[in-house]
Amino acid sequence: MANSNAQNEPRFSARRLECIRDDRRLFSDLSFSLEPGQALVLEGQNGSGKTSLLRIICGIRLPEDGELLWEGESIFKLGPEFHQHIAYLGHKDGNKLDLTPFENLNMARGLGKASEAVDIEAALERVGLYGFEDIPTRNLSAGQQRRLAIARLLVTEANFWILDEPFTSLDRQGIETVEGLFDTHLANGGMAALTTHHRIDLARAEVHRINLSA
Amino acid sequence: MSTLSLSSAFGLLLRRDLTLAYRRRAELVNPLLFFVLVTSLFPLGIGSDSRLIQAVGPGVIWVAALLAALLSLDSMFRSDFEDGSLEQFMLSAHPVSILVLAKVLAHWLVTGLPLILVAPLLAVLLSLPGEALGVLLITLTLGTPILSLIGGVGVALTVGLRRGGVILSLLVLPLYVPVLIFASNAVETAAAGIPTTGQISFLAALLALSLTLAPLATAASLRISLS
Repeated sequence: MANSNAQNEPRFSARRLECIRDDRRLFSDLSFSLEPGQALVLEGQNGSGKTSLLRIICGIRLPEDGELLWEGESIFKLGPEFHQHIAYLGHKDGNKLDLTPFENLNMARGLGKASEAVDIEAALERVGLYGFEDIPTRNLSAGQQRRLAIARLLVTEANFWILDEPFTSLDRQGIETVEGLFDTHLANGGMAALTTHHRIDLARAEVHRINLSA
Repeated sequence: MSTLSLSSAFGLLLRRDLTLAYRRRAELVNPLLFFVLVTSLFPLGIGSDSRLIQAVGPGVIWVAALLAALLSLDSMFRSDFEDGSLEQFMLSAHPVSILVLAKVLAHWLVTGLPLILVAPLLAVLLSLPGEALGVLLITLTLGTPILSLIGGVGVALTVGLRRGGVILSLLVLPLYVPVLIFASNAVETAAAGIPTTGQISFLAALLALSLTLAPLATAASLRISLS
């Protein structure tokens, strides 16, 4: 019966989430669901809990109340089985500065389920870092390091991208490139949850918005 | 997840940590230098009474090894925590405890193994009898991995704190005490020419215990530190 159950359940859903930080209730009774091809954009003032919600969605942080379900099963019960579907990009890039971009992406492939379609060179080319694969990451600019972090989304099979301010330090052309990547990802049945101050232009995808300040 | 990709993730992470250690090798030397300096200061401080030096030798070597291990612990997760790679480990498609084991192994290879390699030199310096040297090396081989494994739990618990150093030593040192007692006692007994199978079996049992339990505790502690 588990199979028929999974068909009715949304791919990812959150039910009655509550988050309390330093005795302040950031949000409560928050529910939403996501299906392939859909994106969730979180809005709200600084300190309204956008980052906390993203960390709750990927399971790093525990919500005070509520549940998170992947195809109807709790993500905490699934553990690594859920993690192979997600790629998280936080405030910190998660790059090792003493390693080269190639070595960084190779580690990312090892930690997740390596993508068969996109290899490391192809991922670097798509974010505009072709030719930088053997230069220590420390010598790259902040924008290039952010691009490398975004390339990490491409090298695994993860189809649910969870992104905290992905456009930070990117130049205009970089923003366009990354928007193009999102568009392709969502058009191919991927999912995304993100926060951004930049007005993101996703023409082809279905975008849900949640305002945490409201 | 197939076992093949899990073991390749283990290998990748081990190689990554060793590469990182090699690229910042200046930091690597510190614990080893500390170990050698502290141990070699004792004969100078105690004077030329070789019987006295012989009596305190095993204890001195093991206390210095313990403190050297403590000194090197913070590097296990600190930089990964600061640049965000630790979050990526926690969200890996593999069990975190296995990845932790790879990191602990890398830590032991770059901090514990060098201690074992210089130990014969220090044994001569402390005029340890020849029959005790073998036992010293056995206790170090069994004991230093325990130090890395238990230390990992302490570091994982304190990695989120800005000044975790003192708390780390308060947490970890009491857990190091059994290793210290059995190991230095084994070397002393061997120096007196008495068999040391009992102490060594105890150390081996401690190693087996920490090898199976510490990675799980470390993974759980990291989860707490990050949330």
